[in-house]
Amino acid sequence: MNISLNGEQKTISGIHTVTDLLNDLTLIPGSVVVELNNEIIQPDSYDAAVLADQDRIEIIRFVGGG
Amino acid sequence: MLQVNEQTVPFIKKLSIEDLAKAYKPNADLFILNGFPVSAKTVVQDGDNCVLIRKGAPPAAGEFTALLTARHTPGVHKKIQKVTVAILGLGGLGSAVAGALAKIGIGKMLLSDYDIVEPSNLNRQHYFIDQIGLLKTRALQENLLRMNPLLSLELIEEQLTEKSLPSFFENVDVLVECFDDPEMKAATLRSVLSQMKNVSYIGSSGMAGYADNNTIRTRMLQPGIYIVGDEVSEAGPGQGLMAPRVGIAAHHQANQVLRIILGEEEKRKDEYQS
Repeated sequence: MNISLNGEQKTISGIHTVTDLLNDLTLIPGSVVVELNNEIIQPDSYDAAVLADQDRIEIIRFVGGG
Repeated sequence: MLQVNEQTVPFIKKLSIEDLAKAYKPNADLFILNGFPVSAKTVVQDGDNCVLIRKGAPPAAGEFTALLTARHTPGVHKKIQKVTVAILGLGGLGSAVAGALAKIGIGKMLLSDYDIVEPSNLNRQHYFIDQIGLLKTRALQENLLRMNPLLSLELIEEQLTEKSLPSFFENVDVLVECFDDPEMKAATLRSVLSQMKNVSYIGSSGMAGYADNNTIRTRMLQPGIYIVGDEVSEAGPGQGLMAPRVGIAAHHQANQVLRIILGEEEKRKDEYQS
């Protein structure tokens, strides 16, 4: 299926949920903010958030330091 | 006309700077005329800019506001004085952001941290050796009030959570996220986006080490939501947090606060348009 990830088109396979996508991108679930079709997904819903064709996903990644 | 301590006053012929001091700043013992120190007997000319100083003495409240207003232009300073800004985390970013905003006389600041000043903080954070062991909120309050005694500060000294954030910050104009921990950074953005619809946000990600200055940037995620940093330089072994680059990021954040206040950036609400 095709999704828009941070504004860029991406074809994915074998990825069904937000958790799968974060694993594929090797991102730490706790230190990102995920927006799925303009809605914030809470971390405890990453497993349940199922991706669909043409979804728009924004992932903002935070690294430590301040 | 003359400028005396940034205020416009009538010019009178044959007046010495000492005579002026009698009227406008009794006890002044340092006289600056058009940017240069001069003797007390120096006669002033129409259009001169005179600064009258009592060494070591703080200016009166009205005088200090007049100084800032003159520097910033009146319309700008009025807007600066009206806003409330929250700073979450008072480390290398937060202590520098607070310092910059204190100097320009920001209306009110909520300063949040539950930690104490440790020796390892001093390579980048704006604290002093003799403040080791103090709560950062208390130490920073002390330092900021030395820069600007008219500041209005509120200290929040408990450990924040994603759930508790709105209760503290939902009514501020701008929230500046200066945490160290990436999970709290993410939690803060989630909380602002989903619970604090009127709060503008300036977050931070990636400012460790000494990589290229110009990779630190301010990026708009959506109107009123900005993130500062290179978004990759994580603090860790071999790439420590150091004052210069953390300072670049902090001052991006502080200037973004100012730009939002002054209507130069898209924001989440239109309160400052007037």
